[in-house]
Amino acid sequence: MRYLPLSNSDRGEMLRLIGASTVDDLFRDVPEESRLKGPIKGLPMHASEMAVERHMIALSRKNMVAGDVPFFLGCGAYRHHIPASVDHIIQRGEFLTSYTPYQPEIAQGTLQMMFEFQTQVARLFGCEVANASMYDGSTAMWEAILMAHRITRRNKTVISSGVHPHYVNVARTLAQFSEDALATTVPQLTAEPDTERLIGKIGPETSAVVVQYPDILGRISDLTPIAEAAHASGALLIAVVTEPVALGLIKSPGEMGADIVVGEGQSIGVGLQFGGPYVGLFACREKHVRQMPGRLAGETVDAEGKRGFVLTLSTREQHIRREKATSNICTSSVLCALAFTAHLTLLGENGLRQLASLNHARACEAADRLAAIPGVEIVNDGFFNEFTLKLPVEARPAVHAMVEKGVLGGVSLGRLYPSVDALRNGLVIAITETATSEDIDALDAVLKEVIQ
Amino acid sequence: MTVNPSGWRPSAPANEQGEAKTVTGNRALMLEEPLLFEIGSTEQTGVDFAKVPQHSPRLGGLERSRPIGLAGLSEPEAVRHYTRLSRQNYAIDLGLFPLGSCTMKHNPRLNEKVARLSGFADVHPLQPQETVQGALQVINELAFWLLDLTGMYGVAMSPKAGAHGELCGLLCIRAALEARGDKREVVLVPESAHGTNPATAAFAGYRVENIPANAAGRVDLDALKTRLGPDVAAVMITNPNTCGLFEPDMIAISEAVHAVGAFVYCDGANFNAIVGKVRPGDLGIDAMHINLHKTFSTPHGGGGPGSGPVVLSEALAPYGPLPFVAKYPDGSYKIVEEETAGEEHPNAFGRMVAFHGQMGMFTRALAYILSHGADGLKQVAEDSVLNANYILRSLEDVLDAPFAKSGPCMHEAIFSDKGFAGGLSTIDVAKALIDEGFHPMTMYFPLVVHGAMLIEPTETESKASLDQFIAALRSIADRAKGGDQDLKAAPVHAPRRRLDETLAARKPVLTYREPQAAEAAE
Repeated sequence: MRYLPLSNSDRGEMLRLIGASTVDDLFRDVPEESRLKGPIKGLPMHASEMAVERHMIALSRKNMVAGDVPFFLGCGAYRHHIPASVDHIIQRGEFLTSYTPYQPEIAQGTLQMMFEFQTQVARLFGCEVANASMYDGSTAMWEAILMAHRITRRNKTVISSGVHPHYVNVARTLAQFSEDALATTVPQLTAEPDTERLIGKIGPETSAVVVQYPDILGRISDLTPIAEAAHASGALLIAVVTEPVALGLIKSPGEMGADIVVGEGQSIGVGLQFGGPYVGLFACREKHVRQMPGRLAGETVDAEGKRGFVLTLSTREQHIRREKATSNICTSSVLCALAFTAHLTLLGENGLRQLASLNHARACEAADRLAAIPGVEIVNDGFFNEFTLKLPVEARPAVHAMVEKGVLGGVSLGRLYPSVDALRNGLVIAITETATSEDIDALDAVLKEVIQ
Repeated sequence: MTVNPSGWRPSAPANEQGEAKTVTGNRALMLEEPLLFEIGSTEQTGVDFAKVPQHSPRLGGLERSRPIGLAGLSEPEAVRHYTRLSRQNYAIDLGLFPLGSCTMKHNPRLNEKVARLSGFADVHPLQPQETVQGALQVINELAFWLLDLTGMYGVAMSPKAGAHGELCGLLCIRAALEARGDKREVVLVPESAHGTNPATAAFAGYRVENIPANAAGRVDLDALKTRLGPDVAAVMITNPNTCGLFEPDMIAISEAVHAVGAFVYCDGANFNAIVGKVRPGDLGIDAMHINLHKTFSTPHGGGGPGSGPVVLSEALAPYGPLPFVAKYPDGSYKIVEEETAGEEHPNAFGRMVAFHGQMGMFTRALAYILSHGADGLKQVAEDSVLNANYILRSLEDVLDAPFAKSGPCMHEAIFSDKGFAGGLSTIDVAKALIDEGFHPMTMYFPLVVHGAMLIEPTETESKASLDQFIAALRSIADRAKGGDQDLKAAPVHAPRRRLDETLAARKPVLTYREPQAAEAAE
C-alpha cells in the first residue's frame, strides 16, 4: 500500500520491542464484541492510483464545467481568472502540509502570510484590523452578529432584505440557539434597496444593522445614512461583501462608517469549487479587536531582536478560554487565505482597479444588450458586475431551458426564494472578465429564445 | 550520517550557531524575506489585462476616490516572495510532525490532482442540478463510505471543520430534545476534552459541566453516573481520548447516558486510531464529527480549510441540517434544500453554511478512501497505533509516561515533565526538538497531565524515521533531567529564536503600517 512505509518485518520487530504478540493486543481496550474481525464489509480493497484517478475523472465528467460554456452565475460565488502562479504557490508542500502555526519559530512563512493577508483585507474593507480568516462568508456574518451582541450588550439585529438568503438562513438557524432576535424580509424588484425601511427599524435595543454591498440583486447604495442612524442609536453597522473585487472600484464599507465588515473571499484566488472550501473575511475597528473571533497573527520580536510573527490574543479563543471563548472556531481557512493573498499581491492596487474596471465595463455592455430585449427590464440603476433582470416569464424554467442550449445563464431568484411569487421572474446575471463578447452574444440569443 | 569518501574535512572552525554575520542577513539557503508592503508598490502588478472598453460607469456615484494601499509584485517577485516564506515553515512533507490530536499524515498528491479536475474545481454551487450530477455523486459516495466505516445511520456533510461539526451534532441533539418537548440545560464534558467541546456546547446554548477522569486517564464512570440526570442533554466524549487511550467503558457510558434520555456526542478527532477496526455505531454513539483533514488526509494548509461531516444515529438523523444530497431510484441525485425540505426532511434544524460544504475536501477524501480500501484503512489504524506504542515503549525509561503501566496506548503516546530539573519544562524539550529537525509534539495538553507531551506519529512514519526521533528525544530528555540550561536557548537553528508572545499580546500589531504612518501614530 503506497502510503504506508512500514514493512511486515518492521512491524514484527516493533511488536517484539513493545512486548505484544500481535497488533490486536494493542487494541485490547476496545471491547472484544465491537472489534471488526476483518476488513470492513462493503468497501472494496485498496486500489491503484490509476484506478482511483479513472473513477474520479469519470465523476468529474458528469458536471457541466463553467469554463466550457458561456457562464453568468454569481450570487455569492464568482468566476474570475486565477493566475497560474497562485495554484503553484498554494501547492508548495511547506504551505500545503503545515499545521496551525503553534510553533512560531518554524512557521514564520504561514504567520507572515497571515499578517500580510490581514493587512490586505483591512485595507480593502476600509477597517483598521482583520483576522486570519473564517470558514466562509455566511459563518463570518453570523460571528459578526454575535460580536456586535457582545459589544453592545443588545441582541436585536436588523438584516437588510438585500443579504444573501443562504447567509440569512445560517444566521436564523443559529439564532434559534442563542439569545438573538433577527428582523429581516425578502427583497423587492426595485432599483432602490430598503435603506429607508432599515433605518426605520433601528431602535434602542438594536445591536446591529446588517447590509450586503453590493447586495443580492447586485445593487449598490451609500451605506453612510445607515451607519449614521445605527450609530445614533448606539448600534453597529455590519457590512457583508460577497464580491470583494468590487472594492477595486467602489468605496469601501469602512469608509462609509461600517464598524464590522465581513465577506466571502472566494472571488480572489480561490475558484468556484462547487461551494467550498472558501474563505471568510472579517475586519473591524481596532477598539473592538478583543471581541473579534478567529485566529490573529501579530508582530513581535525574537530573542535576538529580529522581527517575527506569532498567533496572538489567543485568550479570546477556545483552547484557552474553553466555554467562555468568543467563538468555538478552531480551524480557519488559511490555505484559501494564501490563495487570496497571493492573487491580490499579483494584482496589486493597479491590477485590482483594472480587473474591477474590466468587470464593470463588461457588465455595462451586457446590461445594455439584455435590457434591449423586448419584455426584459433591468432592475438596477447602479451595479458592479452583477445585476438583476425582470423577465416576462418565470426565470427558473428559463435557466433550465438555457442549459439545454449550452448556456449557464444566471441564477434565478426562484432558486434562492422558492416561496416568493413576486420574485419568480427575477434573474441575476454576473459578468466577470472571463465572459467574452461571444459569450454575451450567446446569452442574448438564448435568452431571447427561451422567453418567447 | 553523511559519507565523504575523499576524507576531506572542512577547515573552518566549527561554528554551530552560525554566528558569522552576513551583509544581507541571509544564511545560504535560509533567506530573509521582507513584508510584501516593504518590497511591492501600488503601481506594480503581476497580471496583464485586456484594454478596458469604453463605457459610462453605473456605480451610483460610489466610485472609490481614496487609495487602498495594496502593494503589488510582478510574477517573478511574487513567486520568490512566497517561495522564500514557504521555506520558513516546517511541514509534513519535510519530516515527522508528531502533533498529538492533529493527525499530521501524508497528503497524497493524487488527491490534489483530482480536486483540481475542472469538473470539480470549476463548477458553481448554484448551477442547475442537472449540470452537477457528478459533484452530487461524489458527495453521495463519500457519505456512503463514511456511514459504512462508522456504522451510523445518516451523515450531515456540510460542516466546514471539526468544531463546526461539533456544533452541528449538538444542534441535532437539541432539536431532537425539543421535538419531544424536553428542555435540558447541561452538557457534560470530560476535563481532558479539546477546548472546542466546551466552547461549542456554550455556542449551542448549553451550560457546561466537567466530568472527572480516573487515575487511568479514562472517564470516571461512577462519577459520570452520579451526575447524569434529567437536566443533561448530552455527554461529549472523545474516543480514543486526548490521553491517547480508548475508553473501555464506552458501551456502559452510552447505556448510562441513554438511560436518562440524553445523547452521546463523540469527538471524532482521533478516529484515525480505529478507522476500519471499530465502528462508532457499535459503541452506542449518537453523533460524531469526522475531521477529513485528519483521518482522511486532506491537507491542513497551515490551519485550514478543514471539513467536518457529522455521522448521526437513527434518533438524530431526521434533524440534520440542509442542504444535503439525496439519491433517487432513477439514479439521479438531488440537493434537498429549504424548498423541498418540507416534504422530504421536515425536521431539519436549519442551515449551517451558504452552499454544500467543503467540496474540494470531499473529492480528496473520497480518493483517499478508495485508494486505501477496506484493507488499507484497517492497516492505517494498526500502523498508527503500532507507531505510537513503539514510541511509548522506547521512551518510557527516560520520560514519565503516566498511563504506560495500565497498558498500550492508541494512536498517540503521552508523557509528563516529571523529573525535569533546573526549572526546565516541556516547552524547552519541544524547542530543542526543533533544532533536531522535528516539529514538536502537542505541549501542555491535555490539562490532566502535568507538562503534557502528546506525541502522535501517525502511520506515515517509517521505522527509521521513528528511530531517529526517539534517539533525539532520549538525548533531550536526559539533558532536561540533568537541568541543562542550554535547552532554554533552543531553538538556535530555526529561522527565528523564541518569539516574545507577551509583547505581541500587550501591544497588538495586527496589520502593517508604513513607517511614516506608524511614527505619526506614536
